[in-house]
Amino acid sequence: MVAGGLLAAWGLQRRDSIGGSAAVGAAALLYRGATGHCHVYDALGVEHGRQRGTGVIADRYSDTRARLGGSRGIHAEAAVTINKPIAEVFRFWRNFENLPKFMEHLEQVADREEGISHWVAKGPAGVSVEWDARIINEIDNKLIAWQSLEGATVATAGSVNFDETEHGTRVRIHLQYDPPGGRVGALVARLFGEDPRQTVREDLRRFKRLLETGEIPTTEGQPSGGRSMATHPSAKRPRDGSFADQRPLRAGAAR
Amino acid sequence: MRAVCWQGTNRIGVERVPDPAILNPRDAIVRVTSTAICGSDLHLLDGFIPTMRRGDILGHEFMGIVEDVGPGVKNIQRGDRVIVPFPISCGSCWFCEHELYSCCDNSNPNAWMAEKFYGYSPAGLFGYSHMMGGYAGGQAQFARVPFADVGPFKVPESLTDEQVLFLTDIFPTGYMAAENCNIQAGDTVAVWGGGPVGQFSIRSAFLLGAGRVIAIETVPERRRMAEAAGAETLDSMDPGVFERLRDMTGGIGPDSCIDAVGMEAHGPHVDYYYDKAKTMAMLATDRISALRQAIHACRKGGTVSVPGVYGGFLDKLPFGAVVQKGLTIKSGQTHVHRYLPTLLRYIENGDIDPSFVVTHRVSLDDAPRMYKTFRDKQDGCIKVVMKPH
Repeated sequence: MVAGGLLAAWGLQRRDSIGGSAAVGAAALLYRGATGHCHVYDALGVEHGRQRGTGVIADRYSDTRARLGGSRGIHAEAAVTINKPIAEVFRFWRNFENLPKFMEHLEQVADREEGISHWVAKGPAGVSVEWDARIINEIDNKLIAWQSLEGATVATAGSVNFDETEHGTRVRIHLQYDPPGGRVGALVARLFGEDPRQTVREDLRRFKRLLETGEIPTTEGQPSGGRSMATHPSAKRPRDGSFADQRPLRAGAAR
Repeated sequence: MRAVCWQGTNRIGVERVPDPAILNPRDAIVRVTSTAICGSDLHLLDGFIPTMRRGDILGHEFMGIVEDVGPGVKNIQRGDRVIVPFPISCGSCWFCEHELYSCCDNSNPNAWMAEKFYGYSPAGLFGYSHMMGGYAGGQAQFARVPFADVGPFKVPESLTDEQVLFLTDIFPTGYMAAENCNIQAGDTVAVWGGGPVGQFSIRSAFLLGAGRVIAIETVPERRRMAEAAGAETLDSMDPGVFERLRDMTGGIGPDSCIDAVGMEAHGPHVDYYYDKAKTMAMLATDRISALRQAIHACRKGGTVSVPGVYGGFLDKLPFGAVVQKGLTIKSGQTHVHRYLPTLLRYIENGDIDPSFVVTHRVSLDDAPRMYKTFRDKQDGCIKVVMKPH
C-alpha cells in the first residue's frame, strides 16, 4: 500500500509518459494493498490442483502478471530440462544465494530471516539496484515464488515450477520486473537487454550446465591468433553477456 | 606456442599465440604429438562454414601427452598418452547418457548461435567455428581439452601415433557411417568419395559384413587405395555412374549408399554447375551432387548414410525419391566416444591399421602449404599428419 502510494505520487509528479506508466503500474499494487486480496495462490494455481499439460509454460495459474497486475515492465518466462533429480534441482534454487551464479543480472542475493532475502542487481559503473523480497509460496520439490517487499525500489516477482519428466527435471520460470522509470528503471531494463526472454533462457542454460556438469563451459581466456579484420558478422558477441569474463584457474606456463 | 590459425577465407597462417591454460575444473592441457588436417577443415578454409573469426586456432584431430589436469579430472593424469575425440561432451546430460555424444547439451558456450541455425545446439567441437563453440583447436603445440574426464581416451604404448590418431574422427566417422547402413551379411554398399572418411567407410563396411563395396571417386590414387581394401571403383566424373551401379547390382541398386563427400561436391552433371552458381551467388550454402546421386542410385527401401558434412540449406534435394522408394536417411556428427573401445580392439587385433591413409608427414609450419596441397589433391595427398614439436 505504501509502495503503491509512493509510486503513484512519484509517477504523477512527473508529467511525462514514464511517470504516467509508473502511476498506472502503481494502481495494481495499490489495489492489492487496499483490498488485501492475495493473488498468490491464484497466480500459482496451487489449490486448484490442476493437471498441468506438458510443455505449457504460460498457463494462467503460474503467471506472475496476475501478481503484478498486468504485463507492464519486463516479463520473461522460459523453461529448461535438467538431467538431475528434482530434489537436487529444487534445493539448489531454494538457496537464493546460488542465483547469481547463473542469473546474469544479479550481483548478490543474501538470505535474511523468515523467508526474506536481499537482492542486488548488477549495474554499470558501480551503480546498483537493491531490494528486499520475501518468499510468498513454497512447496517442496514443486514450486517457489517470491516478490519484492512493499516499498522496494523495484516491484518484482518471480516463480519457478519443478516437474519430473522422462528427460529429467523440468524447470519453468516466470520473472517480472516493474521498474519505476527514470534512471533506476533504465538500469533494470538494460540488465535484461532487448530480449528479456532470451536473457532468461541463457540464465536457465547456465543453471542447467552448472547442475549437470559442475561448471559453466567457456572459451574465455583461451589463446587465439591476431583478431583484427575478417570477423564473420554472425560471430559477434551476444547482448546477454554469455561470454562472461573468466580468469584462468591456472595460468599456462610460457613455453 | 605455435598454432595454425584461420586468417580469413583461403588464408591459413602459423602464428605464435599464448599457451592454453586450465579455465574450468574439468579441463586438461594436452601436449600435441600428432595432429591431422581433416577434409572438413577445408570447408572452414574456403569460408563455407559461417561464424569463423580471424585468429581462430584450427584442428579437431589431435592426440598427445596430458600435460596438466584441472582439479575435477581424476581418471587421467599428467603423462598419460591420449587421443581426443573431436566433439566435446560433458558426459552427464541426457544426450551423453544416451551415447549421443555429438549432441551434448552442455559443451557449446555459443549454443544460442547454433540454435539460430539449427533450432537446437549440437556439441561444441574443437576448432570448428564459433557457432560450434569457438573452441581453440588442436593444430597447435598444446591444446586445452574441456570435460577431460569424458573425452580423452588412453591408448597403449604398443601402437604408434598414426595407428591411433584417426580414432579422434575419421575412423569412427567412417565406422558410424557404415553402422548407420544397417548392413546385412553380403550387402552391397556404394560409397561416394574416396577421401579419408570414404576410405574408412569402405573398410568399416567390410568389417560389418558387406559382401561388396563400390567406391565412386575420380582421383586415381584414391581409387587405388579403395581397391586395396577390396572395393570396386567407378569414376565419379563418369556420367554413367547410376547406370553402372544399376548394372553391377543386377538392376536392383546398392542396398545402402554412403555420401562421404559432403557440401562441396564436384560432378559431371548439370546440377553441379547449378549448385556452384547458386552457392557463388550466395543463394544456396551447399553443393550436393553426390548426395543427389546417392539418393537416386539407392535401391528401394535402402539406406542413405551421410557422414559428409553439410552446413545449411540444400537446394534441389530429390526428396521425392526418398519418399517414393521408402529410403532411410541417417546422418550426424560422429558420437566418437561410443566407438572407441570397439575400434581400438580392431586395431589391436590387426583387423585394420589406420595408418594406411597417411600420405604426408610434415611439421606444423608446413600447414599453410599442406592445406592447399590437400584441397587441390596435389602430390597424391590423401591425409596430412603434422608433428607440432
